[in-house]
Amino acid sequence: MKKQTKGKLCTAPNIGSPDDFYESLLAIHEGLGMDESDALNARLILILANHIGDGEVLQEALEAARA
Amino acid sequence: MQKIFETPLYPYKRSEDQDAAKPVRHPVVVIGAGPIGLGAAIDLAQQGVPVVVLDDNDKVSFGSRAICFAKRPLEILDRLGCGDPMVDKGVTWNTGKVFFGERQVYAFNLQAEPEHKRPAFINLQQYYFEQFMVERVRAIQEEGAPVDLRGNNKVTGIKTCDDHVVLDIETPEGTYQIEADWVVACDGAGSPVRSLMGLDFIGRVFEDNFLIADVVMDADFPTERWFWFDPPFNRGQSALLHKQPDGVWRIDLQLGWNIDKEEEKKPENVIPRLTAMLGQDAKFELEWVSIYTFQCRRMEKFRHGRVLFAGDAAHQVSPFGARGANSGLQDTDNLCWKLRLVMDGLAPDTLLDTYDAERVHGADENIMNSSRSTDFITPKSDMSRIFRNATLDLSEKFDFARPLVNSGRLSVPCTYDGSVLNGHDVATMPERTRPGSPAVDANTSEGWLMDRLGGRFQLLAIGTDVPEMLEFDGITVKRVALCDGDCRSPVIANRYLGKETTAVYLLRPDQHVAARWVKFDRDAVEQALKTATANG
Ligand SMILES: Cc1cc2nc3c(=O)[nH]c(=O)nc-3n(C[C@H](O)[C@H](O)[C@H](O)COP(=O)(O)OP(=O)(O)OC[C@H]3O[C@@H](n4cnc5c(N)ncnc54)[C@H](O)[C@@H]3O)c2cc1C
Repeated sequence: MKKQTKGKLCTAPNIGSPDDFYESLLAIHEGLGMDESDALNARLILILANHIGDGEVLQEALEAARA
Repeated sequence: MQKIFETPLYPYKRSEDQDAAKPVRHPVVVIGAGPIGLGAAIDLAQQGVPVVVLDDNDKVSFGSRAICFAKRPLEILDRLGCGDPMVDKGVTWNTGKVFFGERQVYAFNLQAEPEHKRPAFINLQQYYFEQFMVERVRAIQEEGAPVDLRGNNKVTGIKTCDDHVVLDIETPEGTYQIEADWVVACDGAGSPVRSLMGLDFIGRVFEDNFLIADVVMDADFPTERWFWFDPPFNRGQSALLHKQPDGVWRIDLQLGWNIDKEEEKKPENVIPRLTAMLGQDAKFELEWVSIYTFQCRRMEKFRHGRVLFAGDAAHQVSPFGARGANSGLQDTDNLCWKLRLVMDGLAPDTLLDTYDAERVHGADENIMNSSRSTDFITPKSDMSRIFRNATLDLSEKFDFARPLVNSGRLSVPCTYDGSVLNGHDVATMPERTRPGSPAVDANTSEGWLMDRLGGRFQLLAIGTDVPEMLEFDGITVKRVALCDGDCRSPVIANRYLGKETTAVYLLRPDQHVAARWVKFDRDAVEQALKTATANG
């Protein structure tokens, strides 16, 4: 198993009301075709990435998503 | 009236070498009188090195080529004595607009940083650029500088020996040979010298064609750079509009890969595209129309014994960000002082290996930046296109997305981080002037700082004593002292002092920082000078 290094990315639960967020995430895609949803997701990633800003956190997040 | 690009500027003239009994030996031969070869010739001649320049042509650059020249090359041209005519003739612009589909998504204004003699860049046709350089060659010749510019002298063969190089040259009056201690090959992207020596040229060809049109237009389009992603007049592709002097506009239309180049170039196909772009009322005439395929590649090594490659012969980039001629001038800026020290026996031959190391680093930086721009402009996958479009969509509403939009990153000077020539650093001083970086301009009581630097090793003294002149093993180091008022200027503090109140900078002849200290120490300077000249 890969050794868990202590990174800067928060991987502990951090969203206040997980069910509410999840519902909103699905709701925002409602009625959209796949292309529109892909575009929305891309915009969302860019908006969130900018909010995070920190290059190390972003890099860890990219790797976590790909793993 | 004959246009400048139709005028022979250095017509063929028989040289004594052609009648010599055996090949005449020259210290340096530069092959190619493009912007880079001319830059090398002026630089060497200004240092008193006799130089022969061979070109297979006798005119300036033909067709649509470079238009955008950045600040660092302008500073180099100032050192070569031909910055003023370029900047006087060139167009300076600050505003750019980005369009996506039918709409303008944003405009930007490049706020210039204060206290720089030269603007971030100018637009100028390459033929003017070369003309001003040839005029500079003529001017220094008048002053007695040893430059011999030979038009219609085509290099057709090269033989490299341990201590010299032999060149076969073809002229309208037959062939002859000369020998050279050193050869600087600036013979362009197709470099015959590179092929004759059987050397590689590796990299990535972008599967894309661009229609480049220069049009003469009577229009009150503002002096701005307009870039379109996916415009209605060129669906799925990009377009660029940029102003040059004399009412000439550069238009780049991306065409994609599977096209019929000859068809696309025909005026009956070009004109409707341009009308759709410029509007029905625009009155324009075509000056040039060409189709280019761009590549990003470089030679594995720029030095091959006594042959040194520079400019497009050594590396090529796609044009986004204007890095071709701009980086080529940084090549010869880096090379010429090293070559002179080696020729004068003041530095070992290995100093020339650092030309290779430093400029390969520069070329890689340029290739990386150009490749990134190309990947943004021409997405290579569905997901890449989705992110590209998302970035553009967001840029309309949100400032944060604008730095992600990449329609070409303008050439910025290269810092030789990690170079073996770099010496002592002071961590509390500004990062932008760390060893390896070019000096940064500032207004001083005795004129622009950049005008006071270059051409020799120098010690820049800020608020502390330094001897006026030092000599170490035949190399002199001259002091450039800032007056008390300048030492207190916030710009000097910001660019040179950082957290310190005094500073001593050792500068190379190419205006790059070799080492820096808080106070002067003779032994430390001697060591840094040895390091900077590969003398150990
Ligand atoms: C459409 C376009 C736009 C560009 N825009 C920009 C820009 O905005 N900014 C920028 O910095 N760069 C730009 N470039 C790149 C720029 O034009 C080149 O990087 C630059 O011309 C390189 O100069 P050079 O002296 O290395 O080579 P060249 O200009 O190609 O000169 C080579 C010279 O060698 C001579 N020669 C060739 N073979 C021989 C031989 N066998 N014997 C003797 N002489 C020979 C040729 O006649 C020529 O004079 C652009 C290029 C293109 C095509």
